[in-house]
Amino acid sequence: MMLPVLILVPLIFGVGAYVAARVSVAAARWIALLSLAGNLGLSIYIWIAYFGPISLAGVTGPWVLEWDAPWIAPLGVHFHVGMDGLSLLLVVLTNLLGVLSVAASWTEIEERPGFFHLNLLWVVAGIVGVFLSLDLFLFYVFWELMLVPMYFLIAIWGHENRVYAAVKFFIFTQFSGLFMLLAIVGLYVLYGSQTGGTFEYANYIGAPIPRGIAMVLMLGFFVAFAVKLPVVPLHSWLPDAHTEAPTAGSVILAGLLLKTGAYGLIRFVVPLFPWAVADFRPAAMTLALIGILYGALAAYGQTDLKRLIAYTSISHMGLVLLGIFAWNSLALQGAVMLVLCHGLATGGLFIFAGALQERTKTRDIRVMGGLWSTVPRMSGATMVLALASLDLPGLGNFIGGFLVLLGTFRAYPVYAAGASLGLIVSTIYSLRIIQAVFHGEKTVDWKIADLHPREVAIMAVIIGALIWLGLYPQPALDTVQPSLNVMQQTPARGPAQTPVDATPGAP
Amino acid sequence: MLMELWVVPALPLAGFCVLALVGKRLSRWLVAGIGAGSVGLAMVGAIYFSHDFMAFEPTGHLYRESLWTWLNVGGFSPDIGLYLDPLSVVMMLVVTIVGFLIHVYSIQYMAGDEAYSRFFAYMNLFVSSMLILVLADDLLILYLGWEGVGLCSYLLIGFWYQSAANARAAIKAFVVTRVGDTAMAIGLFLLFTQLGTLDIQEVLVRAVRQWPVGSATAIAAAGLLLAGAVGKSAQLPLQVWLPDAMAGPTPVSALIHAATMVTAGVYLIARMHDLFIIAPPVQTAVAVIGAATLVLAGCSAMTQFDIKRVLAYSTISQVGYMFLALGVHAWSAALFHFMTHAFFKSLLFMGAGAVIISMHHEQNMFKMGGLRKQLPFTFWTFLIGACSLASLPLVTSGFYSKGLILWSVWATGHPVLWGAALLGEFITSVYTFRMVFLTFFGEPKGEVSARPGPIILGPLVILAFFSTVAGCVHIPRPLGHFRLFARLVEQALPVPPMQPLPIATEVVFQLLMQGSVLLGVAFAYVLFLRRNDLVAAWTARPAGNALHRFWFSGWGFDWVYTTLLAKPYVWFAHASRDDAFEWIYRGIGAINRGLHEQLSRTQTGLVRWYAVGIVIGAVLLLGLVVFL
Repeated sequence: MMLPVLILVPLIFGVGAYVAARVSVAAARWIALLSLAGNLGLSIYIWIAYFGPISLAGVTGPWVLEWDAPWIAPLGVHFHVGMDGLSLLLVVLTNLLGVLSVAASWTEIEERPGFFHLNLLWVVAGIVGVFLSLDLFLFYVFWELMLVPMYFLIAIWGHENRVYAAVKFFIFTQFSGLFMLLAIVGLYVLYGSQTGGTFEYANYIGAPIPRGIAMVLMLGFFVAFAVKLPVVPLHSWLPDAHTEAPTAGSVILAGLLLKTGAYGLIRFVVPLFPWAVADFRPAAMTLALIGILYGALAAYGQTDLKRLIAYTSISHMGLVLLGIFAWNSLALQGAVMLVLCHGLATGGLFIFAGALQERTKTRDIRVMGGLWSTVPRMSGATMVLALASLDLPGLGNFIGGFLVLLGTFRAYPVYAAGASLGLIVSTIYSLRIIQAVFHGEKTVDWKIADLHPREVAIMAVIIGALIWLGLYPQPALDTVQPSLNVMQQTPARGPAQTPVDATPGAP
Repeated sequence: MLMELWVVPALPLAGFCVLALVGKRLSRWLVAGIGAGSVGLAMVGAIYFSHDFMAFEPTGHLYRESLWTWLNVGGFSPDIGLYLDPLSVVMMLVVTIVGFLIHVYSIQYMAGDEAYSRFFAYMNLFVSSMLILVLADDLLILYLGWEGVGLCSYLLIGFWYQSAANARAAIKAFVVTRVGDTAMAIGLFLLFTQLGTLDIQEVLVRAVRQWPVGSATAIAAAGLLLAGAVGKSAQLPLQVWLPDAMAGPTPVSALIHAATMVTAGVYLIARMHDLFIIAPPVQTAVAVIGAATLVLAGCSAMTQFDIKRVLAYSTISQVGYMFLALGVHAWSAALFHFMTHAFFKSLLFMGAGAVIISMHHEQNMFKMGGLRKQLPFTFWTFLIGACSLASLPLVTSGFYSKGLILWSVWATGHPVLWGAALLGEFITSVYTFRMVFLTFFGEPKGEVSARPGPIILGPLVILAFFSTVAGCVHIPRPLGHFRLFARLVEQALPVPPMQPLPIATEVVFQLLMQGSVLLGVAFAYVLFLRRNDLVAAWTARPAGNALHRFWFSGWGFDWVYTTLLAKPYVWFAHASRDDAFEWIYRGIGAINRGLHEQLSRTQTGLVRWYAVGIVIGAVLLLGLVVFL
């Protein structure tokens, strides 16, 4: 019963915050903050209570927690949610970034705060639902559920060009979601009868799908996830959406929404269509390389701070894509680690950009510079985040990046070597952030306040988590490992299927 | 007893944490106390552990300490652990002793700076990273220290960030060394993929067992590590960042050049020596890079105006000697020169710093002169350092360390490289004494505004002492044959394959080297003290002028990199600002809008048009039905 609670809490308290805002804005903020904090507490409780080595030993099957109820009986649709290590960590990340987003928008959002928090909490609910759904139909419902509130967040509370960005975001995700819906329906129509007429995801694993059809269906899923991740050239919505969204929106977009794409690839695309994925691998890896280098290059060219950070996400997600398609223990663990740490580090960078914009009313880095002595706390915190995004050892992103490259190198050394160039280009754009904002001469003599205690606390949480994941990532790795093992083995179960990749190091 | 070695790197790290978090609220004396004190305690710890290590002689001449498993995924389980053997003992001692003296010097040198605590925080992190690097048990933790050192160099070179030029120099240092680091990372991927571990000792054992001498994989792995070493140690072709790194405060230069950073590459190659031995072409490349670098950088050093840039090029050149020694398997000679160089180069930098603050932050040697009388203390200590750099006979440590390198190069059968090294000796003494004569002799050209205080002079005296006596730990055969240093180091590193040549030959070669050094001094004396007009006449001619500019600009490397790499990158980045892929979607949007406009034009609202439409449609449909 805990899993539906994780989804229902933000849904219900979102409405609560909306109602409360009519009486008191502060009450709405507190309701949103505390409900997400409670949700975070619950997910951490689940982690400790159910994912310890002792509790895990008693678990049979892939799902540590599961909850199933019939929903649309004639179609065989179930409200079936389940949690393994992978979804647990992503749910923890979702709630953590949700709390931080509410905290980061504490003074930024003045307009219609009740509706703002309703949307924010509903996005969180949708994302948690996406990470927990085991029924393909339910998955699609949550996939759409996170889209609509996000659209409102950008369109109502965004910056100058918000409507354009929101519509672009909506069209891209909606259109690509349609491909996924077609693929889901295709799976159901073609193979549903053999698997008991359900949308149950696990039933389709190992289904005897001919190669050509598998490729078409796989591409349907891939397009939806590739838009979210994003994969160049489907990234076009991202810079606009990230730039125009309010701080909380950018944090959720970069920290979580992109991760649903990575999650979808790991959870659905590879296990469902191992053969098609193997055929598609060279193309996907090439796209990943292009993304890494192009994203970094474009990031360096930007003058809008949020746009710059947005492009760095494209570069990092290229590495995630590479790791997923390399599909061995090291690379997959690296991809998951990168997903978590990128969520924290880039979320933190967007919080910094939002804090700076709130103070200076601009995002143009050409009018900044030399701010170090003015805002030393902000400078120090941003420096750490920038170092995280250039993969400095000791911070979590390094573990992720290094594992992805190490794992990829085993099987595809040329792609790994090419992707290693990302280490150089990420240095160039990360230092540009520091250089343009904090170093150099003062272009404008800004008189702005340093980070407030609330913002210091946000940054401390993020940086603390990054250092923890950088120096002792084992608890997170151990939590994810069993679910990755299951997914790496699944293809072998089906008829006429062989494992995508025999991993020498896999336990 | 050997226990709790982790304290040594942890102390400066703790100093960094305290200073970074609450340094602003502490008094200046407390900041200095924490900053220098933490490194001082680390030094005491290092001396204590070294003493224990030599007194108890642990089995196999090594001591390992595992702290925790960093991560454990799919057979990849690097430890966070420390490793102490004679090689790391030497490195640890030099890093902490020289590092501590530099910290003490900084207490007064940086006293007027408002970001006092930030300075000491970065310096502590720097020392800590370097200690992690030299004590690492695993290549991944070595890489952590390696990158930490690169980060600290960025932070400290750009310490005075208000000037855009400083920030540019800092970025250049970080990016250029990151190029090498990336190659090194690929090397680590290769080593792990092939050997299944990154534990340094295990890697070496398995590499020797699995790979025959000269196998392609061994060459690739060693070559990639060499690329990393070349980046950090500022050797050809990645030496371009070091001269610009002078933008940082002078103690930083001392730390980068003497105790940390640039010697990391030397350490890496010495640490991975077994791998380099089974890759002979890479080993040759190390020697050739070293020889080429020492000559090229020496020529550039002769043409600089800025006293710190002379020293910067001299560092590149001296590290070239270390690479040369590594390349001919003279491991202990390389390490010996690393040690003496750390002493005299930090002495020279700190002496130069004392001169610079006495001269209103003037760094141009042509605006100095005659300082011998005004700054006698600084002059004598600087002179001792300069003699050691030029390796003047018998009383300088440089004489012993460089003498050993030259002799090893000859005795291992590399006459051409020996020739380059001998030429380098001459060049070294020319640029060294050019610097001494221009700064301390001749007519005074500037005002001495302040005299360096005792906290600045103290470290200079101690380092001058070391620069003189440190050579005694290894005395060549003709002078007494005392091999304390080599005996210690050869517990960890192999003995070089030297031919058994007679003592008389060694005497001849010592004399040849001394001849070239003294000739260089005489040359400098004539050109820069007696007949200044000769140099002016040479550089006035077009050819001389062109050569001067070529050397002055560091042989055009910067120009090549800027033109071929930096400018195109920036150009493409700016071209990508509006995202070329955007046009695809703009195009789709435009097509849609065009269709929309065309079709909406048919919605005229006139019934007769609609009637015509219906009729045409009906006719077409009927026609289809009838004819198909």
